[in-house]
Parts: sequence; structure tokens; C-alpha cells
Amino acid sequence: MMNDNRVTIFASIAGLALLITLPAIFGSYYLGLATKMIIFGLFAMSLDLLIGYTGLASLGHAAYFGVASYATGLLALRLGWSVWWALPAGVLVAGLTAALFGLLALRARGSYFLMITLALSQVLWGIAFGWRSLTGGDDGLPEVPRPDLGLPWSLADNTPFYYFTLVIAAIATLLLLRVVSSPFGQSLRGIRESETRMLALGYDTWRYKFIAFILAGLFAGLAGVLYVYYNRFVSPDYIHVARSAEVLLMVILGGAGSLFGPALGAAVIVLLENIVSGYTERWLMVLGVVYVLVTLFAPDGITGVVRRLRQRQGGRA
Amino acid sequence: MTMLTIDDVHTYYGDSYVLQGVSLELEPGTVVALLGRNGVGKTTLVRSIMGLTPAARGRITFKGTDITRMPTWRIARSGIGLVPQGRRVFRSLTVREHLQVTARGSGGWTFDRIVNLFPNLGNRMRSQGGKLSGGEQQMLAAARALVGNPDLLLMDEPTEGLAPLMVRDLGQAIASLKAAGTSILLVEQQLAFALRYADLVYIMSKGRIVHQCTPAELAADPETKSRYLGV
Repeated sequence: MMNDNRVTIFASIAGLALLITLPAIFGSYYLGLATKMIIFGLFAMSLDLLIGYTGLASLGHAAYFGVASYATGLLALRLGWSVWWALPAGVLVAGLTAALFGLLALRARGSYFLMITLALSQVLWGIAFGWRSLTGGDDGLPEVPRPDLGLPWSLADNTPFYYFTLVIAAIATLLLLRVVSSPFGQSLRGIRESETRMLALGYDTWRYKFIAFILAGLFAGLAGVLYVYYNRFVSPDYIHVARSAEVLLMVILGGAGSLFGPALGAAVIVLLENIVSGYTERWLMVLGVVYVLVTLFAPDGITGVVRRLRQRQGGRA
Repeated sequence: MTMLTIDDVHTYYGDSYVLQGVSLELEPGTVVALLGRNGVGKTTLVRSIMGLTPAARGRITFKGTDITRMPTWRIARSGIGLVPQGRRVFRSLTVREHLQVTARGSGGWTFDRIVNLFPNLGNRMRSQGGKLSGGEQQMLAAARALVGNPDLLLMDEPTEGLAPLMVRDLGQAIASLKAAGTSILLVEQQLAFALRYADLVYIMSKGRIVHQCTPAELAADPETKSRYLGV
């Protein structure tokens, strides 16, 4: 049997090669779908930092995704800001929102934490829905322009935009990998297993959770910025609890605490949504069924199933 | 200066009145054993010292500083290392990661010295905490506390559930810690183990300290032993 590290490296290289050559294989439509998968993969990885690594189950993660979408959308549309300013501004607004919400939500634990994150995100949803003069209310903000990088290729086309997304998501993924494998990331895992033990070892765990919360908000914001450019549109749906639940399911389906697992979970959900929406409007019901099935049959997600299969093989060999 | 002074500490778990006025002193460089049956409040005392279950009344002083109501992480940083009951290592962190995460300060407890003290851990640096044997987990819990370079080590029933051979290894580790000048508060149920390494013995019963003596005195006092320890 190949050793674990080599399998991982091999899979990473193969995956990256596939992602780079994708535009040569797929037509424009499927490339758009792949772009969406990458964006939601990043979104799911940002939530995994909270759920899988720190043990904080947030049901309001769409808040940071959505607030960044609105910030970037408004800045690009109303003030004509270029991507060089609108993208960091969107990410920053998401980070600041996460810092504010973190101050409020991290006072609670477990299901209370979950309820507070949910409530806070719904407050933002209410603002986006109600403040028509700024956000366009239910109609949202249409015709957000695609970014202009000053390159010979226009990002209005799907292929250049796919590469734009891929490069940014790849950089973000490397940063996230750095975070989770750093001593800071190890401390987060310690907190997930037992906060009391970490306190007794001299860790001001609140500060660690707060930083993790802001980091997760920043990366979710980056995904939100990419998505507003991708869709050229933002609406209150971006912040809605249904989106928070969707990304939560992506993390659980992929397997929390493995970073790549949630990205895979995101790809599966995006694909499934795309297929299902061809047949029925009741996507949320299908999502609910998937959630029940995963909880029943694969509580540790796709990565958990793969790990168990490999252990079984290893046992036989 | 006294290392640790516990002065008339009262602690509650909700409505239940667990520590009913505990006082205890620990001098630098000594090993103090805290004995007593199950449920008399030994672990609660440890938790009160760490601020995990803060005392409602009374005062806990460490190296001259009042730590009674300090947050737990500050107490730990001020120089108290906890080896909790039931070991409680992090299941998903490797041995090496444990030691990296908890290393702090300078007081001579380097990686190499830890491996010297616990040779078993040196061979298992890349194993996850959850995959270690009970004895190895106990060594890791102690090592994890030591790399924080504490002035005082709280060990809560370290021999619980260990094989005799592991108990012997652990005893050797405690002896070398003592030789190196580390102060230890050793909470124990195994009388023989505690008597071998302690300089002073306190016995707890029903939330109070009921007896204080040297190990030799306790060894020669069958009445106290049978009354409070059931041996």
C-alpha cells in the first residue's frame, strides 16, 4: 500500500492538473458550474475552520459571504471601484462584521452559539431586504460588472474568469492550510477537543476562538466577493439562513476538520442543486433529505467513508 | 516564600457544598500528598486551585499572588501545571504536537529533557494521543504540563488505572522531578505510592483536611489509615 503522504500529494497534483485543464475539456456552461463549485468550496473551507478545527457550529456563516458581496457589489456599481480596491474592501467588511458578531456570539457555547449566529445573520438579511434605497431590497443589485484586470483577456468570458477564481481560491487554500497546520491551528484543535484543558494549559481560549472567527469571516468574505463577480448580481438570498444551512451541510457532507473534504462536499452540493433544479423547485427539501441521509449513514462525511474504506483495504493487505 | 497557600477555601458545585474550609501549605521544592477516599473533594480542590471551579470563599495564594479569582489561563501562565485526572490528552494531536502547543517559558524543560525523562514518548512522537496506551497517555499528560515549565505541578491521581510497571516508571519520573526541585501536589488513592514520594501528607474527609503528618508518621498510624483511607 502506498503511504498516506504520497497518496495525498499524488491526489493533490492530479486534482490541480485536472482543474487547470478543465477549460479544455468542458464547454462554457459546465465551466461556469465548475467556477461556482470552486467559490463554494472556498466558502465551505472557511466554515470548516470554525466547525472542524475549533468546534464552533455556526449557522450564520452566510452573513460574511453576503456582506462582502454587498460591499463589493455596491462599491463597484455605485462608486465604480476597480477590483483592486473593491475586492479587499469586501473582504475587510466581512472581517469587521465577523469581529463584531464574534464579540457577541462567542459569549455563548454549543446550540446557543448556533442560535446567536443565526439571529445575527438574519438581522443582516433583514437590512438587505428592507433598505431598498441602498440594497435594492428583494430585487437585489443587478449588473455588477466583472472585474477588469487590464489583461488581454476579458473576465466577462467564462474561461478567463474561471482562471481568475482558481488562482485566488488556490492562494486562499494555501493560506488556510498554513493556518490549520500552524501551532495556532493545533491550538484550535485542542480547543475543539477540550476548552477546559486548554485553559488549564495557560491558553486564553477566547482570544483564539475570536481570531478563528474573524479568519473564517475573512475567507467567507473572499468567497462572497468572487460570487458577486461571478453572478454579476447580489440579493438578500446571499445572506439568508438557507445559504448558511447549505454551507453547513457542505462541511458535514464532506467531512468536518479535513479542509479538502468540505470543498468536495461543496462541489457535490452545487452539482446536485444544478441537477435537481432541472426537475423541481423543492431544492430545500432535497437538501434536507441529503442532510438526514448523511447524518444516518456517513456522520463523518465523504472523507470519513474514504478513510474507513482505506483502513479496511489496509487490514486485508 | 511559600509556594502555595490555601486558606479556608469553600467551594460549591451548584447546591452541593464540596469544600468546607480547606487549608493547606506547600513549600518550594517539596512533594505534598493529598489523600482521601473517593468523593471527599480532592479533585474539587485541584479545580479550585486552577480556577476551573473557583472558590466561593477563602484565599488561594501562589508565590505570594492571590489567584483565587484569576481566570484559569492566567493561573496556568503564572506557573502552575495541571496533570488532570483520567489523563485527558488530546486525541487528535500527535505527541510532538502536544509538546509544541504547550511549550512555554524557559525553565529548563526542553524537548530533549522530556524525552530523557519519558523514553517511551520519544519513540512515539508521531502517534496521535488517542492511539497511545494508558501509561503512555499518563506520561504525555505529565510531559505536556512540564514543557510549560511550571513551578508547581498538580497531579490528580496519576497512577489511576496504570499497570504496575507503568506505576514504577511514573514513580521514577516523580523522583527525578523532585530531585530537580519541582514542587508537586500529588493527589492519590494509592497510599504506598504517595508515601514513597511525599514529604508531607494531608488527609481529606468530607470536604475538610482532617489530618496532617509526615509519611513515616502515617505509616505507623494504623488507626488514621483505616479511619480515613480504609486500608
